[in-house]
Amino acid sequence: MNMESWVITLFFVLPFFCAFVNPLADRIFPGVQRVLTTVMTFALLILTIFVCFYHQQTIVYAVGGWKPVGSVPIGIHLVLDGLSGFMLLMINLIGFFSAFYAIDYMKEYTGGKYFYVLICLMIAGMNGVVLSGDLFNMYVFMELAAKSSYALVAFGLRKDELEASFKYQVLGGMASLLILFGITMLYWKTSTLNMADISNLLQNSDNDAFILFVQLILITGFGVKSALIPFHGWLPDAHSSAPSPVSAILSGVLIKASGIYILMRLFINVFHPDEYIALVIATLGGVSMFVGALLAVGALDVKRLLAYSSISQVGYVVMGLGLGMTVIAKGEDASAAALTFTGALFHMFNHSVFKGLLFLNAGSVEYATGARNMKQMGGLAKYMPVTFASTFVASMSIVGIPPFNGFFSKLLIIVAAINGEYYFRAALGIIVGVITLVTFVKFQVYTFYGKPAFVSDFGESPTFMKISMISLVVLCFVLSILIIPEVRSLVIDPALDTLLETNGYSTKMPGS
Amino acid sequence: MTLYLLCFVLFMVGIYGVLTRRNLIKIVISLTIMEFSIFLMLALVGYVSGGQAPLVLDPETPYVQVVDPLPQAMVLTTLVIALATNSMLLTMAIRLYKKYGTFDIRKINELKG
Repeated sequence: MNMESWVITLFFVLPFFCAFVNPLADRIFPGVQRVLTTVMTFALLILTIFVCFYHQQTIVYAVGGWKPVGSVPIGIHLVLDGLSGFMLLMINLIGFFSAFYAIDYMKEYTGGKYFYVLICLMIAGMNGVVLSGDLFNMYVFMELAAKSSYALVAFGLRKDELEASFKYQVLGGMASLLILFGITMLYWKTSTLNMADISNLLQNSDNDAFILFVQLILITGFGVKSALIPFHGWLPDAHSSAPSPVSAILSGVLIKASGIYILMRLFINVFHPDEYIALVIATLGGVSMFVGALLAVGALDVKRLLAYSSISQVGYVVMGLGLGMTVIAKGEDASAAALTFTGALFHMFNHSVFKGLLFLNAGSVEYATGARNMKQMGGLAKYMPVTFASTFVASMSIVGIPPFNGFFSKLLIIVAAINGEYYFRAALGIIVGVITLVTFVKFQVYTFYGKPAFVSDFGESPTFMKISMISLVVLCFVLSILIIPEVRSLVIDPALDTLLETNGYSTKMPGS
Repeated sequence: MTLYLLCFVLFMVGIYGVLTRRNLIKIVISLTIMEFSIFLMLALVGYVSGGQAPLVLDPETPYVQVVDPLPQAMVLTTLVIALATNSMLLTMAIRLYKKYGTFDIRKINELKG
């Protein structure tokens, strides 16, 4: 199939357009921005599915038509390859369901039109990050997504929301500056910003102290962005203070698009996979898994519990990534690396679906009862059957009970760890699974079972919230079939191939 | 090399300020110091000794010794982002001041990380 490469610019042109048309349209037809944003996110989802499944080759678009001079790419390139396509699918899926859910949920907030502007800008930023083939352009899009998320966290303008947002901004700002520092150092070394070009140039040189220093700076920066454990301070506050549809996007995709995706892209496709760096990444992942799970058990606030459990689940993904990098760096069997990367990618997708769903559930509980502390709840199962059932499915997914998607991805990571004879990490994966089980049993029991703590004058959530939750429940079941190799080859394998070819990424670019 | 190290020292001064100051405005100022150290770093990275501004003054001989214009363009872009960062941080600081009546972060502690 022949496709014009400019199509990929639509992924951020459409949300930008929508963001700036929303307030104008809202003056003429009040309330139209809800429809406009939902239709736009749906169009993006359709476009993603179309681009990813019907057009399997890498699409490269040179912004402004700057052709490479000789073998030196000048100008900014947008690249859509397997990994970008996979991330786009995730971002736009959760973006669509959150926007759909927000139609009802945001009615209790004033200033809804600014909410839609910010959410469009955030989606544009995340789509830009995953499409960019240029380090500095990636940084700018990352900042765009981060800035709109800062504003969205403080959207309710209550005391705790403002405080969470300030904390998030200071830590996020420091992380961005560390990343910019890393980019500056890389530019100093290679005199280029194009990632493929950097990858080419670094292939011919060894991993010297300079590159190791840059790598550590970048791990710190992206560690803050993806909330790995020593750098996680902002996440539980920020994710629990935001309005629930935003929490779903923040926890479901933002930490992955602006943290883990760039870690994967830089440390596998651009740098040489280095054994020590891989060990650092795997250790950070393992520590996040364990400590995040322990923090989640102790939490009593529903959304804070979910936020801590995000840290733990992201730890699984990062540990899988670190394991795969170790295998590649040692030059061992590529099929072992393939298994861990499949597990990591699969778990990342699953986490975005079930954690998105759980935050939407928490939002629906908060919408009905106005409470977030689990001790004030109880017996909600009778009044909110849809929320109860969907929370049950999502909890079973995140815990890893067999027919649901979370089981298969955790299984892949643990099996890969056992195959590579990393028994400690495999055991850690199982232990954290058990702690997660305790966490979510506690969540279920406190919230939905037992004696009703309220004299009820509330019922089930409004229609749009219900539809959104039910669709994500269906996805929790459907994603399990990704364990079948034939289905997996459609969705995960393009992304996997991008990761496995390591520095081969650079050969797809024009002029190299 | 001294200049690069001084940039790094300035960066560290900024980090020290963010970590130790108790006043919201001083934290914002420290973040700005970090930003500026990186702008200086970028400008230094693009500097070619004895280079001129990257302008084509004479079309006949365009290839004179010029400094690298790309880091300068990056500084301009990052300045705009830094403006957004600062205005957003200060907005939040003002809002927090209205709620709590103080800039002291020891008194603004409803949340426990």
